Amino acid sequence: MTHEADAGVAAPLVELRDLVVRRGARTVLDVDRLAIDRGETLAVVGPNGAGKSTLLLVLARLIDPEGGTLLFRGSPVERGAELAFRRRIGLVLADPLLLGASVLTNVASGLRFRGVPDAEARTRAQTWMERLGIAHLRDRPARQVSSGEGQRAALARAFVLEPDLLLLDEPFASVDPATRTKLLDDLDDLLRATRVACVMVTHDLDEAVRVGDRLAVLLDGRVRQEGAPEAVLAAPVDAEVAAFVGTETRLPGRVVASGDGLATVEVGDHLIQAVSSLERGGRVLACLRPEDVTIWADPGAGGGPAPGGEAGRPPGPAGPGRDAGTAPVSSARNHLPGRITRLVSDGPLLRVTVDCGVPVVATITRVSATDMHLAEGGAVIATFKASAVHLIHLAT
Amino acid sequence: MDDPVAEATPALQALLGGDLLEVTLLTLFVSGSATVISLVIGLPIGTWLALARFRSRGFALSVVNTGMALPPVVVGLFVAFTLWRSGPLGSLNLIYTPTAMIIAEVIIAAPIVIGLTVAALGQLDPRLRLQLLGLGASRLQMVWWLWREARLPLLAALMAAFGSVISEVGAAMMVGGNIRHQTRVLTTSIVLETGKGEFAAAVGLGIVLLALAFLVNAVLTQAQQRGPGR
Repeated sequence: MTHEADAGVAAPLVELRDLVVRRGARTVLDVDRLAIDRGETLAVVGPNGAGKSTLLLVLARLIDPEGGTLLFRGSPVERGAELAFRRRIGLVLADPLLLGASVLTNVASGLRFRGVPDAEARTRAQTWMERLGIAHLRDRPARQVSSGEGQRAALARAFVLEPDLLLLDEPFASVDPATRTKLLDDLDDLLRATRVACVMVTHDLDEAVRVGDRLAVLLDGRVRQEGAPEAVLAAPVDAEVAAFVGTETRLPGRVVASGDGLATVEVGDHLIQAVSSLERGGRVLACLRPEDVTIWADPGAGGGPAPGGEAGRPPGPAGPGRDAGTAPVSSARNHLPGRITRLVSDGPLLRVTVDCGVPVVATITRVSATDMHLAEGGAVIATFKASAVHLIHLAT
Repeated sequence: MDDPVAEATPALQALLGGDLLEVTLLTLFVSGSATVISLVIGLPIGTWLALARFRSRGFALSVVNTGMALPPVVVGLFVAFTLWRSGPLGSLNLIYTPTAMIIAEVIIAAPIVIGLTVAALGQLDPRLRLQLLGLGASRLQMVWWLWREARLPLLAALMAAFGSVISEVGAAMMVGGNIRHQTRVLTTSIVLETGKGEFAAAVGLGIVLLALAFLVNAVLTQAQQRGPGR
């Protein structure tokens, strides 16, 4: 697990140390250290059952762990000081959980708990409802709002508290995709504007990457990897993390040559090149993200290249009139011929699984697939750059 | 038609003369007090049972649910045993007093309040508790807002508890003795008058009892059905 720890830097806002949470005989959480700094958004991702919600409830001091300490501004949150700590945070759960009162009363409820006078609470709540675009729902009974509006109310209810730490538990899980996109944008804007520290827990990688300044991957109760979202996605630290972050091509192999910053890896019957300084002889897992793999129709069958998921790639010398027998013109070092075994829809894209002796997964646009007349069983060539291959060193 | 009052039986006349008001007020006092005391005892216990988690919780809930079905006359019997002069608490001289009746009625009504409170709070989303605490509510504030959320079934619990005691006759008879001017309530009067053959009086008393029950429940229902609030 990597994290920036500098002797000269101030203590993080919130820190968990040596956390252990058990439920019966099962260890639900086992986290050595997790820290959140002022002004940053930490996105904790993991599959269902990984312990994400439990982690959030520990951070909110709502669960007593079997072991470990929660530090706030460098000092432990003692027994008896829990309520004071909880009044410095704001919690938003997956469902809005609004009370049977007007939306305004709901948004003001946190302030009322802190003893803020009614009139002031309502004014502040009104301001935040305007910021979240639901001012018109002021007097509406909370039971009568849509799920998107309800979640906006729940967010307003937390933001109005001006907390030191915002805790969001899958806040957009119960909202439809279109509303979720808009909500994510608004949340992102608000987090940047208020610079409040935030921990957002989600199983949706896209949400995490969108909103998070840092990503923590939680699998089976342990934080497997922490870092900038792009870094985690590009360089997963082990096979399980690789699988979770969407690195769909994972090929076991062995480094057969190494030098000049490049490693040659034997994968199945192929030799592929990766940017790596790993030594010869090491057993590795070669990982590729689908968007880094380009599919070309096999020259024997004619047709042109598929502009793959790589944004900004110039279209190759392609076109329906290309003559057969021309190899793909590509700067990528790795070319693997194979046959399409699966062609599956993935929203606006298509996910192609190619059997090159080893399975390789790529994403391509529908237009390209149509242009190249791709179909299951068709012969193609999968190409990818050496820099796109991430090698995970496996214990020998 | 002839003057209905003149046609009424002497018993009914006597009743309408003076005893009726006294009997009605005592009924209200005894059952009202028992209901309020059951609420004060039962609501906190029910809340704790609903929210706490401990190993024998299932057993405790079974006991409470059994308590809801206690036959009033059996309750009366055991309270009478305890309060008789020859019983363990005989020195308190409570037998055949309204206090004894209230004690018995509390034993009848409290399990109903407890059991229905557990049910009322049990139907709330279990995460609502966490959400309220996560917004900075103290435990007391959280409980208050949970009660507010569950006010419909909680008021129903109150009405059920009141209904159970205002309508029972077994315990009132056993521990009260139906003594005129002292422990005579509407239900015990009905039994007495029917036993004497004074059916007109009994029916009249029955109507008064029904009207009383209806009035109280009308007020409570109004409170229950008030809208979602501000």
